[in-house]
Amino acid sequence: MMKNDLEAQLLKNGGTVDLSLMESLGYDEFSRCLLAEVKAGGRVAALFGVPGEGKNEGLELFALIARDRSAQIAVYRTEVGTSFPSLTQSCPQIHLFEREIAEQYGVTPTGHPWLKPLRFHRVWQGDTDVWGRPPDERPRPGDMEFYRIEGEGVHEVAVGPVHAGIIEPGHFRFQCYGEKVMHLEISLGYQHRAIEPMLLAGPHPFTMAQMETIAGDTTIGHGLAYCQVIEALSGCVVPERAQSIRAMALELERLANHVGDIGALAGDIGFLPTASFCGRLRGDYLNLSAALCGSRFGRGLVRPGGVLFDLDATLASGMQTRIDEIEGNTLGALNLFFDEPSVLGRLEGTGRVSRSVAEDLGLVGVAAKACGVPRDSRFFHPTGVYRQLFDEMITEETGDAMARAHVRLRETMVSIDLLRRIGTSLPAGPVKVPVGPLKANTLAVSLVEGWRGEVVHVGITDAGGRLRRYKIVDPSFHNWSGLAMALRDEQISDFPLCNKSFGLSYCGFDL
Amino acid sequence: MWRVISERFHQGFRTGKFPLEEPKLPPRFRGLPRFDGECPSGCRACEELCPFGACAVRERKMAIDLGRCLFCADCPACPQGRITFSNDYRLAVRRRQDLLYSGGAYPLAEPLEPARLKLFGRSLKLRQVSAGGCNACEADCNVLNTLVFDLGRFGIQFVASPRHADGILLTGPVTENMRSAVLDTYEAVPGPKVVIAVGACGVNGGPFVDSPETNQGLGTLLPVDLYIPGCPPHPYTILDGLLRLLGRR
Ligand code: SF4
Ligand code: SF4
Repeated sequence: MMKNDLEAQLLKNGGTVDLSLMESLGYDEFSRCLLAEVKAGGRVAALFGVPGEGKNEGLELFALIARDRSAQIAVYRTEVGTSFPSLTQSCPQIHLFEREIAEQYGVTPTGHPWLKPLRFHRVWQGDTDVWGRPPDERPRPGDMEFYRIEGEGVHEVAVGPVHAGIIEPGHFRFQCYGEKVMHLEISLGYQHRAIEPMLLAGPHPFTMAQMETIAGDTTIGHGLAYCQVIEALSGCVVPERAQSIRAMALELERLANHVGDIGALAGDIGFLPTASFCGRLRGDYLNLSAALCGSRFGRGLVRPGGVLFDLDATLASGMQTRIDEIEGNTLGALNLFFDEPSVLGRLEGTGRVSRSVAEDLGLVGVAAKACGVPRDSRFFHPTGVYRQLFDEMITEETGDAMARAHVRLRETMVSIDLLRRIGTSLPAGPVKVPVGPLKANTLAVSLVEGWRGEVVHVGITDAGGRLRRYKIVDPSFHNWSGLAMALRDEQISDFPLCNKSFGLSYCGFDL
Repeated sequence: MWRVISERFHQGFRTGKFPLEEPKLPPRFRGLPRFDGECPSGCRACEELCPFGACAVRERKMAIDLGRCLFCADCPACPQGRITFSNDYRLAVRRRQDLLYSGGAYPLAEPLEPARLKLFGRSLKLRQVSAGGCNACEADCNVLNTLVFDLGRFGIQFVASPRHADGILLTGPVTENMRSAVLDTYEAVPGPKVVIAVGACGVNGGPFVDSPETNQGLGTLLPVDLYIPGCPPHPYTILDGLLRLLGRR
């Protein structure tokens, strides 16, 4: 149990806090609470800066801690000047959050062991960034000190930003001894589109389209997270039927991506039957989304207040029939893969991450579940139909590529089952209600279990009810660090396989 | 081995009959807009209401710039509700101005000029570059390699190096952080070459058209030979465009 001496504001997923009633802690107290929360099993779901509303006011920091066991989110706030003592050494899972705050607001987390840019953009306020660059100089992507190992037989391998396949850009720096990787450092930011700054004073007419394309393969995940923030801020109650349709779309998105990812793993291993079956089956799931809303990626389905497309009886039964048809093919293709000794030989023991590393780094989603770390916001922080229908969280123990593949296989089966259960118990009623204005001076949080893992959106409004800060945490934000750890002591030639087994988003990280 | 063969039998033959047969797209699919360019109201509301600046009225004629349009399910542009979307997935054009659509016949892409057509008509190798794409356009290019579309049967292939390529296929609005990599990749392709912009982002910046961190797609950076609109374009839209460019449709 959490000690009651932590002065937290507690809320539920989809809940709000009135900021005028919320006290700001001194930084010492803030850090004490944060570390105590993490020690008691809490996770830092988000930690971010919010500039003061006046011109010369300092920077506020907000921390949102997910207390999974009690389905609560604890919120803390504090204020800092031009620097604050870094907590990364005692709480590694916030290492990127602190780097992000430094890069965005030019405020230094002193004592941060690894203070480098994350996305290589100009500082958002003031003129000087924490690396002392002149204000008119644009940072060059990848321009930073990489960690280096020197010595006889040690060499460095640099890959990217443009890669060999059809894949987003990113830069990977390996320190190798012969074939063996001693260290991998990942430098991203190439896809940075400044989505968070464009939300200021929003929501704007263009905002929904940008939310759906934060990571285009997680259109429903991010779109839903955004809508839940807006609905919380406006006090809108979404009709049950809309919630069911949203959940169906979220599970279809998971199915398409999990099946596609297993196919891609099969392709990397050279097991072509599953690679080609899954390539097509992924399309079958995408086409179900297209049947629902016209877009294979679910664009245009989820909107604040509900969904834009209803399922009439013919469409609903047509989709169920189609799911029954492809279920057999899906299981056939996947079982073929997981029964093949040469496939297992390639996956087992490759790219292992230990449970303690996964917990320390705050991994989420498939990557965490593969290490035996239970993380699933459908289970711990459910909204909508998941409150009644979701009870089967998957975890594996071994933390290797095999475990990550296996989580996907088992989640695929759970999602097919969920689709069937949601589809056969669709409540009647409207699918969309109007959304009123947003409450002023309010913070709202929303967690959605996207197919990669937990998507976190936090919205904060100003006195006029416009967005004053909007924070987005894609699951890849945490999980890229997991990939870097997975590569330690691996063969460099196993990198593609490890990378696929994580299946992370570049633009979701880069925003 | 027997299991693989029996599973193969079970999964069936799946390569589509395209281009001999037209693909069947779901009824809710949003393709070429359907509207009458002669606007009776002349209110010009659409110029303000489209968040992406896709609509313009000139001398009572309304045009949607399909290079900017995202084919939104809740297109708010016309208060009279005159804009709807047809099921027509064929959208690729050769010139930027051909994307300004006022209803009626649509100027689908013409083949490359004879010199390049002779070189690339039967074998086109493309280097794909993602420059701020959200991974949906990228996924819809990737999917052309699956057995449903089987891009290879048309002699078109995505290759690993610009040095092996006949051209680049770009997705994304071209973020500032990718700008020089895009230009370098283009330079590294030996001439003569082709440039293809896929998706609203690649054509004109898409949902990020007003971002301080992106360019407005390839349009202002490189000469483009083929524009494929959509957010993202359907894989058949991309395939149709590629085949038209090679004079195969
Ligand atoms: S569909 Fe979207 S982008 Fe196209 S005209 Fe309408 S509002 Fe503009
Ligand atoms: S055009 Fe749309 S789908 Fe394509 S990359 Fe841009 S945002 Fe994504």
